[in-house]
Amino acid sequence: MPYQQIKFYQAGSFVVGNRLLDPERRTVQADGERSNTLTSGHRACQGCGEALGARYALDAAMRATAGKLIATNATGCLEVFSTPYPESSWQLPWIHSLFGNAPAVATGVAAALKAKGRTDVRVVGQGGDGGTVDIGFGCLSGMFERNDDVLFICYDNEAYMNTGVQRSGATPPAARTSTTQPVGDEPGNVFGQGKSAPLIAMAHEIPYVATATVADLRDIEHKVQHAMELRGARYVHILVTCPLGWGCASADSIKVARLAMETGLFPVFEAERGEVTSVLKIRRRAPVEEYLKLQRRYAHLFGKEPRSEVIARLQERADRNIRRFGLVDEDTVEEPGGVSAQESESVGSAVDEESNATRLLEERH
Amino acid sequence: MDTPFAITLQVGSSLANKTGSWRTERPLYVQRMPPCNDACPAGENIQQWLYRAEEGDYEGAWRQLMDDNPFPAIMGRVCYHPCESACNRGRLDEVVGINSVERFLGDEAIRCGWTIPADAQPSGKRVLVVGAGPSGLSAAYQLRRRGHDVVVRDAGPRAGGMMRFGIPRYRLPRDVLDAEIRRILDMGVELELDHQVQDVLAEQREGGFDAVFLAIGAHIGKRAYIPAGSASRILDAVALLRGMEGEETPRLGRRVVIYGGGNTAMDAARTARRLGAEEAIVVYRRTRERMPAHDIEVEEALEEGILMRWLSTIKQVDDGAVLVERMELDETGFPQPTGEVEELEADSLVLALGQEVDLSLLDGVPGIEVDDGVVQVAPNMMTGRPGIFAGGDMVPAERTVTVGIGHGKKAALHIDAWLAGRSFTAAPKRDLVTFDMLTPWYYSDAPKTVRPTLAAVRRQSTFDEVVGGLDESNALFEARRCMSCGNCFACDNCYGVCPDNAVIKLDPTGAYQYEIDLDYCKGCGICAEECPCGAIAMEAETI
Repeated sequence: MPYQQIKFYQAGSFVVGNRLLDPERRTVQADGERSNTLTSGHRACQGCGEALGARYALDAAMRATAGKLIATNATGCLEVFSTPYPESSWQLPWIHSLFGNAPAVATGVAAALKAKGRTDVRVVGQGGDGGTVDIGFGCLSGMFERNDDVLFICYDNEAYMNTGVQRSGATPPAARTSTTQPVGDEPGNVFGQGKSAPLIAMAHEIPYVATATVADLRDIEHKVQHAMELRGARYVHILVTCPLGWGCASADSIKVARLAMETGLFPVFEAERGEVTSVLKIRRRAPVEEYLKLQRRYAHLFGKEPRSEVIARLQERADRNIRRFGLVDEDTVEEPGGVSAQESESVGSAVDEESNATRLLEERH
Repeated sequence: MDTPFAITLQVGSSLANKTGSWRTERPLYVQRMPPCNDACPAGENIQQWLYRAEEGDYEGAWRQLMDDNPFPAIMGRVCYHPCESACNRGRLDEVVGINSVERFLGDEAIRCGWTIPADAQPSGKRVLVVGAGPSGLSAAYQLRRRGHDVVVRDAGPRAGGMMRFGIPRYRLPRDVLDAEIRRILDMGVELELDHQVQDVLAEQREGGFDAVFLAIGAHIGKRAYIPAGSASRILDAVALLRGMEGEETPRLGRRVVIYGGGNTAMDAARTARRLGAEEAIVVYRRTRERMPAHDIEVEEALEEGILMRWLSTIKQVDDGAVLVERMELDETGFPQPTGEVEELEADSLVLALGQEVDLSLLDGVPGIEVDDGVVQVAPNMMTGRPGIFAGGDMVPAERTVTVGIGHGKKAALHIDAWLAGRSFTAAPKRDLVTFDMLTPWYYSDAPKTVRPTLAAVRRQSTFDEVVGGLDESNALFEARRCMSCGNCFACDNCYGVCPDNAVIKLDPTGAYQYEIDLDYCKGCGICAEECPCGAIAMEAETI
């Protein structure tokens, strides 16, 4: 295929399916026969990003393993809303034990499979940010350092939502939770606390670490697929919106996650053996206000007396991420209405367009 | 019950839990009005024919287009494409090159010889169309498709009206014009040329016509009183352009001044250049912003080296020169004379001051109402005389080919209904899709394929077409840039983004490609918010 300089996505290349694409170039989610690992009837809130993220990731893992997959689950929203006894929304073998030991249970399942000679069956551990970043962190680190053959997925909604929105180690600064009230000089969660689980995971030099958001399905599917092609300890950290805890409209669930990415507040990258191998570039850079304003957990920054100095500190964090991970490419970021002359000159060939879109998707990774 | 130790219940599926009961709003698939369709004077369903073209189904696209407009190849060349000015994609990167895709489809149809059958049940009704211009031919085509016998009479020697005698061939090659007219005549439309209708009622009576559609256009150049010397050469633009279709091309000399600021003035100036004038100067009394000519025409004229003198009027014409007075805009934006006069060398002066309608054929017809030189018509295009309809340049409207074609179609629909003793009511207008109803993140940059333009130098010396066409792959590329505003393009986004798997893919599809599973839909609204093209609405549940 001739290489084309032109950057272009036809309508549809960021969408789930598109009738103009070959079926194998559409996402797993576009497939009418997708696994629906987390099926209808679950009790997640309207617009739950975690329910969506879990189905995105596990459906992709199911396809990657031809359905030979076992999931272990930490305590948390995901576990509670999917399995009120005796109902289950899970359409794959699934086990829940404790809040803090999902990675260790996953290790055990993998060990049992190995002992039985069933290494064709793969193991995914999953939990929220509470179960992963805080309570299960010892087990997770142990799983990493032993390089156990487990993919652990954290669905990060930045607080303990199930128990009433308490702060976790993944709660961002300035965010209001029930334990970080918007009062005093530093309203909301304080700056300078908390941790980045993906960066700590990288420090274990495990085969694969990636971050993603529920706003970019193709990116999630690519990363889960790639993770399942590897053996050993792997970690995927997916930002998922919580309309209830963040105080956003349920309809804006994906939009808010997209803004987390497009502002730079949540850097999306992948790393192998401790080194960043690719980042998802920001296509349309947005100021942090656009992201913050949609969420009531940041409402105290606006109102009658806007806390512009706090907003500026958050913008600084975003800018730092952009610098640190190289999230903005001067030639790839789109200015509204502006197209560089070089691009206008090159004429795309529609014949190659599907492959072109795919190539660009590949280029992103 | 056989259950493991300490287990008293079998595992059940959450499918038993019908979360649809939580809902206060439900998503609804809708079809909204894309801005291109809304802006099209011919009422084309542009989004729909682009949708077909995107799949490479060019014939299907062409047939969809032909429903509303029998001249795609002509339109693709001469239409001022208000659709593109309205296109939402312009807010993202650049507008979709709708006009060039239309032209590609039109050319493809001529190349492949696609035709439109006239196989409707004969109605037994006869309709006389006066004028074989865009409006008359459009009406004839639409009436013929609906089973009526149609006779078109035109005073000129060839069909096409202003498309032939007003639009220079560098903008519209005559083989294209002839091919698209031929296709209409092949459907059984009768054409009588060199037949000036003098008395419309007599012709209606004698020919046994049940209805008449008048579309005689406006082809008398307006004159202005300008004191002129005996040797000065003054002609009007309409006559100049018409003369280009005759045996002998008009003589203009080396320096030509064109008076007026409309599209006809631009055509006349560009034609003058092609006839060998070294200098063609357009003199217009207002500013460029107020010129009635379309911007692209002015641009192309300037590119070809046409000179413009804005804020100027012509005071006097002498042998070899015109006297020009500089104007100033007053507070109301009206030009006022300043008294500053300047002389321009000119071998001839072309007046392009607008055109008037020759209404003599309506003399003595009772009920016809004429105001400001044009015939007044009701919303159904009927004049004050029952059974006589009118459209195109002879009724009050913007005078473009596309508007004329739209009038022809509209009149035909009303004539068809009127002949059957019914009245035609258009479908209610759907909600217009604005840019903020889209989720543009899902579309990405794809600059408009720039049509290859011939070098300006080459343009000046020949009558070759000025704007080149797209080839097949470019046309496909361009069609696929359509964002399908307000109309589902089967992208599966709603199916993918529902956290509750409450979107069902239909197979086979009905009016829509998907359906909401109301048993489980919680009404979160993500599908509506994330629909790239704004084809899902949220509607409150009645509780």
